Amino acid sequence: MIPTIWFFYGNKTAQKIKLKNGKLHSLIHYYGLFVLLYSLIPSIFVYIIILVGDDILFSYLINDYIPENIKNSSDYNKVIVMTQIQNILDGIYFGEQPDWVKLAAEKIQHWSNLSLFVNYSLTISISILGGFLGFRKINPDLRSRNSVETIIIYVLGFSSLLAILTTVGIVFSVIFESLRFFAIIPASEFLFGLTWNPQFEGAERAGSGQEGLASYGSVPLFVGTFLISFVALCIAVPIGLYSAIYLSEYASKKERSIFKPLLEILAGIPTVVYGFFAALTVAPMLRSGGTLIGLDVASESALAAGFVMGIMIIPFVSSLSDDVINAVPQSIRDAGYALGSTKNEVVLQVILPAALPGIIGSIILAVSRAIGETMIVVMAAGLAANLSFNPLDAVTTVTAQIVTILVGDQEFESAKTLSAFALALTLIVITLILNFYALHIVKKYREQYE
Amino acid sequence: MSNNNKNYTLMDAKKAEEIVRSNVKKRRRKDIVLKSIGQFAIFVALSFLVFLFVSIFAKGIPGFFQHYVTLEVNLDQKRLDPKGDLSADSLYSGDARKLVLEALYKEINPKGRKQKKAAKKILSSNAEIRVAQMVLENPSLLGKTIPITFALDDDIDSFLRGYIKRDTPESDRRINNTVIKFVDVLVEKNLVDYKFSDYILSGSASRSPEIAGVKGALIGSILTLFVCFILSFPIGVATAIYLEGFAPKNRITEIIEININNLAAVPSVVFGILGLAIFIGVFGMPRSIPLVGGMVLGIMTLPTIIISSRAAISAVPPSILDAAYGVGASKLQTMFHHVIPLAIPGMLTGTIIGMARALGETAPLLMIGMVAFIVDIPNSIQEPATVLPVQIFMWADFAERMFVNKTSSATIILLVFLILMNGIAIFLRNKLERRW
Repeated sequence: MIPTIWFFYGNKTAQKIKLKNGKLHSLIHYYGLFVLLYSLIPSIFVYIIILVGDDILFSYLINDYIPENIKNSSDYNKVIVMTQIQNILDGIYFGEQPDWVKLAAEKIQHWSNLSLFVNYSLTISISILGGFLGFRKINPDLRSRNSVETIIIYVLGFSSLLAILTTVGIVFSVIFESLRFFAIIPASEFLFGLTWNPQFEGAERAGSGQEGLASYGSVPLFVGTFLISFVALCIAVPIGLYSAIYLSEYASKKERSIFKPLLEILAGIPTVVYGFFAALTVAPMLRSGGTLIGLDVASESALAAGFVMGIMIIPFVSSLSDDVINAVPQSIRDAGYALGSTKNEVVLQVILPAALPGIIGSIILAVSRAIGETMIVVMAAGLAANLSFNPLDAVTTVTAQIVTILVGDQEFESAKTLSAFALALTLIVITLILNFYALHIVKKYREQYE
Repeated sequence: MSNNNKNYTLMDAKKAEEIVRSNVKKRRRKDIVLKSIGQFAIFVALSFLVFLFVSIFAKGIPGFFQHYVTLEVNLDQKRLDPKGDLSADSLYSGDARKLVLEALYKEINPKGRKQKKAAKKILSSNAEIRVAQMVLENPSLLGKTIPITFALDDDIDSFLRGYIKRDTPESDRRINNTVIKFVDVLVEKNLVDYKFSDYILSGSASRSPEIAGVKGALIGSILTLFVCFILSFPIGVATAIYLEGFAPKNRITEIIEININNLAAVPSVVFGILGLAIFIGVFGMPRSIPLVGGMVLGIMTLPTIIISSRAAISAVPPSILDAAYGVGASKLQTMFHHVIPLAIPGMLTGTIIGMARALGETAPLLMIGMVAFIVDIPNSIQEPATVLPVQIFMWADFAERMFVNKTSSATIILLVFLILMNGIAIFLRNKLERRW
């Protein structure tokens, strides 16, 4: 609000100067903006720093209020203590809490009131001060437009850095926890172990003598993932590819404008809807169909999940392949026709070989989409990690395990929880490599015809 | 060709023509075959689409309806309102349940404890709350005897729909013969209606399918999308403007661009892990709140918005820029006064499509705990909430038969919102976007 007042004040002054001198370097409102930015930017910085910083400061300061004997006990956990204190502040606690927790909570309450007060007063005074400094600078020769523009460009550039920040966040959140996981479980066991069974983690920690039962071999998960993706590709590639051929070579303009968006609807349906459809309609159908011809189909078979996932990725194959086929220069087509070839011959013997790299790229993109797909497999595929190549069996996938492990309350520090991060890391690495490769192929192919 | 150096001998023209002609039919036939395979592929893909929609609508439309019974309830003041002050507290502690049951007994005359126990199963557990709420809204009803419509229990509902068969052995049925007898009496007396459900749109999450609704999830979705929009639209557009207009061509810019493309390819569940580890783990934000959900989805939609906004900006023809520069505008003035107003429809289209994707997204929200069972309807972005797709996911797991219909109904509601958003995007693209 204060910056707005400064804005109008700055405008007015600039106007006055203009009337007096008859000449200004920039347009009037740039002087207002100049003062506004001077007032706004430092105060926002201070506000955010205090807002984020005070909690961190408190959690250091509160150490003095935690009794030594608790700090020294073996199951001391800062996070749990902080939660305890926070719960008192929120008024939700059960039973009698120890006195020191109450005292600490009171202290924090006191500090946070103080910090709120300091924050507001500091922010307001800085914004007044900043505005005043900016205001003092106003004179006919001030190149206010240039300064304002530089500041705005910096703000824009800063927001583009956020994309990098996100990536850094993803990488750090996954890598740190993964490293801790690999400190407990050797990477070789994770990458090459043949059994995945983190469920016994709890029993092991309770010391019930069942040590060594939990195992973290991720091979069954990856086999399951690739099995389901393979089933999906068997559905999506032929349908997508032939649709693309029809749409780009045979269909009239009108047909194309109807069918292409219709196919793309398939990619717009939320995955949870596909998952529901797979679990409720497709899986029972396949099961009863299997019984009819004497096959034993698991109710959570890889076939059902893969089938529905295949439907979902049809548009990824068809749209991209369609683009790629269209990018083949018309002259090549014309050359084929001039030799008296039929459409069939031009498509199969000229266009497809020319477009092959691009088509492969689109299929790889579809694969990476299938590997990263979560909801369909969570809802329709099983949770038991069977090492099986039979699509009629129930298998589980990487994403399904990540969700199962991390949903709900999980204990930090346990190998089971950490294993989800290790899985996520491998997932990211695989999808990124696939994408990189696919985009590389497509790019190279495009360059060929440019 | 490989046989370049072979010596060709000229074939007799007539013979050559004969060979070609004899093949033409075969070649044409092959052509038709390929064309029909293509048509068939599209037909199969579209029939999957139709199959999906039909199977969801076939189950979802009945989910919008349910069976109700109308009973003459005596709204006795003393028993309904023990404290006599008409406060919510007093009304909810009153004896509404008994009054409703008495009205029911009057219609079906159960005899003995066993039969009464059976009769109690007919009504939804929500019946007394409904009475209390009616009186709370309209105290003048007290003391009167009025007909009130109550939802039937989900098992009775399934029975009336024919999901629970009369001829299954009693021990295999979820409702016994006595209950069926009573229901028959009610149906005979013409007290049972099949009509549009009050609860599906206005109810909140519940374990009882007959009173479960999507209102809480819908509001949670709106709050989450709001946060997502506030975060991703300004940052996305600012990034796009910077990259298209002002970024110097150097290594950092290149890294940013590669980065954005990579982010677009990261599986959505990974963004959930980011939210869990950074927002909840490092910053200590609470679980299950729309604020965190919106931030995660915002980060997820950022690449979509950036990419489409950049396309929209670069689609503005250079002649406009030249004209602006020609009259002495600065680079920033040209951008903000001329390029952005022309590119806004394209930016909005991309944003809406990104939002629609965020609306349907489930996996990252599961990770940050928006899957909790929350009965209260959220009022702010700081209160625990769930969202529509997560609600669908949760309902899909519940065992009660009627939840299948409810889940399909919720799916229809979600699809309607998606179609609406995409419709707006298409409208914007067609009406506002200028072709140069």
